[in-house]
Amino acid sequence: MRELLRFACEALLAHRLRSALSVLGIAVGIAAVTLLTAIGEGTRTYILEQFTQFGTNVIGINPGKTETFGIPGVLGGTTHKLTIEDAEALARLPHVRVAAPVSLGQARVEAEGRGRSVHVFGVSADMVEVMKLRVRQGSFVPPGDPRRGAPVAVLGPTLARELFGEKSPLGRFVRIAGARLRVIGVTEPKGQILGYDLDDVAYVPVATALRLFHQQELFEIDVVVTHESLVEQVVEAIRRTLVERHGGREDFTITTQAAMLEVFGNVMRIVTMTVGGIGAISLLVGAIGILTIMWIAVGERTPEIGLLRALGARRRQVVAVFLAEAVVLAFAGGVGGLLAGLGLARAVQLLWPGLPLQAPPEFVVAALAVSAAVGLAAGVLPARRAAALDPVEALRAD
Amino acid sequence: MIELEEVWRTYRLGGEPIHALAGISERIEAGEHVAIMGPSGSGKSTLLHVLGCLDRPTAGSYRLDGQDVTQLEDDALAELRGHRIGFVFQAYHLVARLSAEANVELPMVFLGVPRGERRRRAAAALEAVGLLDRRRHRPAELSGGQRQRVAIARATVMRPRLLLADEPTGNLDSAAGAQVLDLLDQLHAEGITLVVVTHDPEVARRAGRVLVLRDGRVAARLAGSELGGLERALGRGKPGP
Repeated sequence: MRELLRFACEALLAHRLRSALSVLGIAVGIAAVTLLTAIGEGTRTYILEQFTQFGTNVIGINPGKTETFGIPGVLGGTTHKLTIEDAEALARLPHVRVAAPVSLGQARVEAEGRGRSVHVFGVSADMVEVMKLRVRQGSFVPPGDPRRGAPVAVLGPTLARELFGEKSPLGRFVRIAGARLRVIGVTEPKGQILGYDLDDVAYVPVATALRLFHQQELFEIDVVVTHESLVEQVVEAIRRTLVERHGGREDFTITTQAAMLEVFGNVMRIVTMTVGGIGAISLLVGAIGILTIMWIAVGERTPEIGLLRALGARRRQVVAVFLAEAVVLAFAGGVGGLLAGLGLARAVQLLWPGLPLQAPPEFVVAALAVSAAVGLAAGVLPARRAAALDPVEALRAD
Repeated sequence: MIELEEVWRTYRLGGEPIHALAGISERIEAGEHVAIMGPSGSGKSTLLHVLGCLDRPTAGSYRLDGQDVTQLEDDALAELRGHRIGFVFQAYHLVARLSAEANVELPMVFLGVPRGERRRRAAAALEAVGLLDRRRHRPAELSGGQRQRVAIARATVMRPRLLLADEPTGNLDSAAGAQVLDLLDQLHAEGITLVVVTHDPEVARRAGRVLVLRDGRVAARLAGSELGGLERALGRGKPGP
């Protein structure tokens, strides 16, 4: 077998330019797939990391349920809103570390003649736990009865800088929706998630937010479970408790981080596959190149094939020679394309350091396996044509 | 030993059957030197291909060394060609990209002879045809006569018992041709069964027996020496021994 491989390689070397061009065709394809999938895969992991920074033991509860039968308020009587009391009830459940009520509004935050329209989160002290927030300056929303909203605000670092520049905002006042709130703290930067700046926000006590935005209901309750493995158990407990509190109706939606990550991960995987598939088209073109060149080679080398058969080569061996040639071409293209793809990925990363790229080792193996398989597939037809030749006719074809 | 019995080889050409071989019965003893002559289209080459197990008879039986080869599988025929039969072609059929040595090694590559053994046997075969010093040369760097001698080295490197030559001197001038024929005579003298297809009486003259084909049948059987007389009478070939 090794000898046939050597014979095949010698045949390829006899047509250097032609072989090199076929190799190039596959290399371009593999490089494209490598680069595109590396970008896709890198983006996926990057975004998942962004999400997981909140922890996989967080459960979100939002009001409303799309699957709920009946139309609230029309057929089913009253709907129950998600309230601070609900959050307090959930906080008493076993294995629940915190149950943080959250409300949300968009408002212009003004100070010292400057203003900025941002999201204003109504939170309790427990939010620190949920969002893994750190306070850089001052303190966060103080603990205590969440129904009592003090006129205070905590700013995200972007917002703080935009409003106050280099000055410390502590003790100064901001105006949100007509109310005057004293700044008591600035959080540490959290970065962006999907383009949303987590640092360009303001946090106020939940009761304050409900009052400012004239809301009666929470936007969300975030529950932090003591341990990730207990999430499902706690989800059930939450469901039972809230259904009971809401008069037997499941008018809320429970989302676990794990479920969200899974959905998101799957979406990104499909995107990666699509993008990789587009790259695979160029790989297909490369494969057709090999098929063409091998087909021509069989035609040109017909007398040689007749000779090999006369010398005692079996059909299988003739097939092996031509398959080997195709696989060697494709595999060489695979190695070259992989190196080029990874090199390009590296170069892209140097140019745009923020762009996440990733090519896991199993991916490298897969790329090489795919290129070999492509060669095998492209070689089948020419090799079969070679083996099917009648030796006498083949010898005469000179 | 070759035994042909009522061997037919029929082609279909546009629906019309063409009998390239039309019932040939012939026996060639081991160690014989036989020439096959005849006008073009008489079936000479077809006969040689059948003898070489490259082509299968449409009807009839062919026994090689007592074994009926008409029923053999493709792989078994390849095996037979590899080990028991050597071919020499008019157009040499050397692989242009390979050195003389690699060309001689070629059959052994496909028959699974280990590398060291291949080197040794190729060197010995090239030595025997007087081209050991040219073993690194490619066919393009060799003269026609040298190429055919490389081809003979390749045909004999597996020590076959049967050597089939199709117009071995057809592309050579008379000096180079004589050298090639001397080589074939020598192989015959060493015991190989030699069958040569030719239209050149000078070549056939060297054979012990000459089969003259016409329309796929053996039209005449002569002794090689009978042709020698004819040649001399025509004043063409060299004087006989």
